Amino acid sequence: MTQLALVIDLNVCVGCHACVTSCKEWNTSGVAGALADENPYGADPSGTFFNRVQTYEVGQFPDTQTVHFPKSCLHCEDPPCVPVCPTGASYKRKSDGLVLIDYDKCIGCNYCSWACPYGVRELDEKEKVMKKCTMCVDRINDENLADEQRKPACVLACPTNARLYGDIHDPESIVSKAIRENGGYQLMPEWETKPANHYLPRRSASAIDNVLSRNVEQQRPNELKATDAPAKP
Amino acid sequence: MNPAFSVIFLTTLIGAGQGLFLALMAIQSGIIAVPSASARLFFIAGDAVALAFLVTGLVASFFHLGHPERAWRAVAMWRNSWLSREVIVLPVFMAVVALHGLCLHTGFAYADQIGIAGAVLCIALFYITAMNYVCLRFLQEWATPLTIVNYTLLGCASGFTLATALAAAMEPALAPDLGRWALALTLLAASARIASLIRNARLRPKSTLQSAIGMRHPHIVQKAQGFMGSAFSTREFFHGRTRQVVQGVKWGFLLLAFVAPAVILGLGSTDGRVSLSGASIAFVTQYVGLLAERWFFFAQARHPQNLYYQAAS
Repeated sequence: MTQLALVIDLNVCVGCHACVTSCKEWNTSGVAGALADENPYGADPSGTFFNRVQTYEVGQFPDTQTVHFPKSCLHCEDPPCVPVCPTGASYKRKSDGLVLIDYDKCIGCNYCSWACPYGVRELDEKEKVMKKCTMCVDRINDENLADEQRKPACVLACPTNARLYGDIHDPESIVSKAIRENGGYQLMPEWETKPANHYLPRRSASAIDNVLSRNVEQQRPNELKATDAPAKP
Repeated sequence: MNPAFSVIFLTTLIGAGQGLFLALMAIQSGIIAVPSASARLFFIAGDAVALAFLVTGLVASFFHLGHPERAWRAVAMWRNSWLSREVIVLPVFMAVVALHGLCLHTGFAYADQIGIAGAVLCIALFYITAMNYVCLRFLQEWATPLTIVNYTLLGCASGFTLATALAAAMEPALAPDLGRWALALTLLAASARIASLIRNARLRPKSTLQSAIGMRHPHIVQKAQGFMGSAFSTREFFHGRTRQVVQGVKWGFLLLAFVAPAVILGLGSTDGRVSLSGASIAFVTQYVGLLAERWFFFAQARHPQNLYYQAAS
């Protein structure tokens, strides 16, 4: 069984939002119709996005880390959003484990969004159907594209290669190795949704071997100690 | 959660309609008083009023849908979706209520049996409606058997109060007994609802910012949620009111749904005569209280997705 997933390396993400804009560009231009933007140039713009990059500050000044945190549908292996759907519009595709929505069957009741603890489903304000990340099904299944292009738009756009894409059920895939070797973890494990997408935890600054951090370490050795290496949940 | 008025009206209206039908069945089966020979008209009117509440509730639910014209599709997933089951059982129950009234009207023999089938469907519908909320396990305020108890008792209390008002208008002999039942159910519903308030006040959210982003540090602050404006995620899952407003609604519904109708029904049952105006005021007050109760039910539920949407910039 295949389970496609993204693995997002929080060490490498710089919070540039290229994944957000490339996602929006690709998915608003496809056959499934536009992702609505309401009032885009007004005081309170509101739009449908499959992917958001959030920013968190971890620690207390001066020992803080800025964590950029991209979040999209995690394509859970046990998705709570799917069994609640009354029409069968939300489904988990057996062939590759993607959680998808049939826009023609969706009645826009919002119930699946209530059933998602991660807040990744958004009702499109114009089309009045639920939308979310499709892992760019129309790219990855498009046999007219070159192999290296058959990846989600966000993965191709990431300038720092923070987003890996592959089959987490294949132990030799790039994503399985990344999870195994870097302590990849899932979000909100307490709900046992088994998200397919994983995140690679931040390593402590002292463990990152680059010139910048070495210089800083020499100057302020004590202050950097407090940076917290996140443990696996 | 941000209370959806379509769902508030749906659940409170069908609850009252279901409760009224159960009150009729309690009379028909002899649990309450003994129906006089002229009670047939009262039963038919009761079925009609119950049906009116159920239909209005169903109409209200359509306002919740982005594509109401596709609502028929919602019968498809009855194997796993409680919402789908509700979409099936509600119209079937409505049909049985209509059939029951029709049988009484035409003098058809099997009214009693149809009534029993209706009562079974009615209780099933209370359970199914509540399970829509109970099954969302990470909405911890909802995921408790108390939700089922509350939906059932609150519906029965308002339905019996409605039945009391209807009896006061059409069958005054039935009104005092129905009034006493309505009072008992209102007090029972109040104790169950207070039990769930106490339970929910002690809840500790299982999800934290730490588990949401997978970092164990005790000090995590969101600096940006990824966009400056609003989005579905910032509108759908939070009521946007102050703590004071939510607390005010809580005391409001305790007063309107339980205390006020209990006092009115209690006064009516002491002198043995239930006035139409008294019972009507009791029902209207209780119904308004239940609207507030349902608003609070939604507002109190803390959705874990809100952890991701704490700071705009």
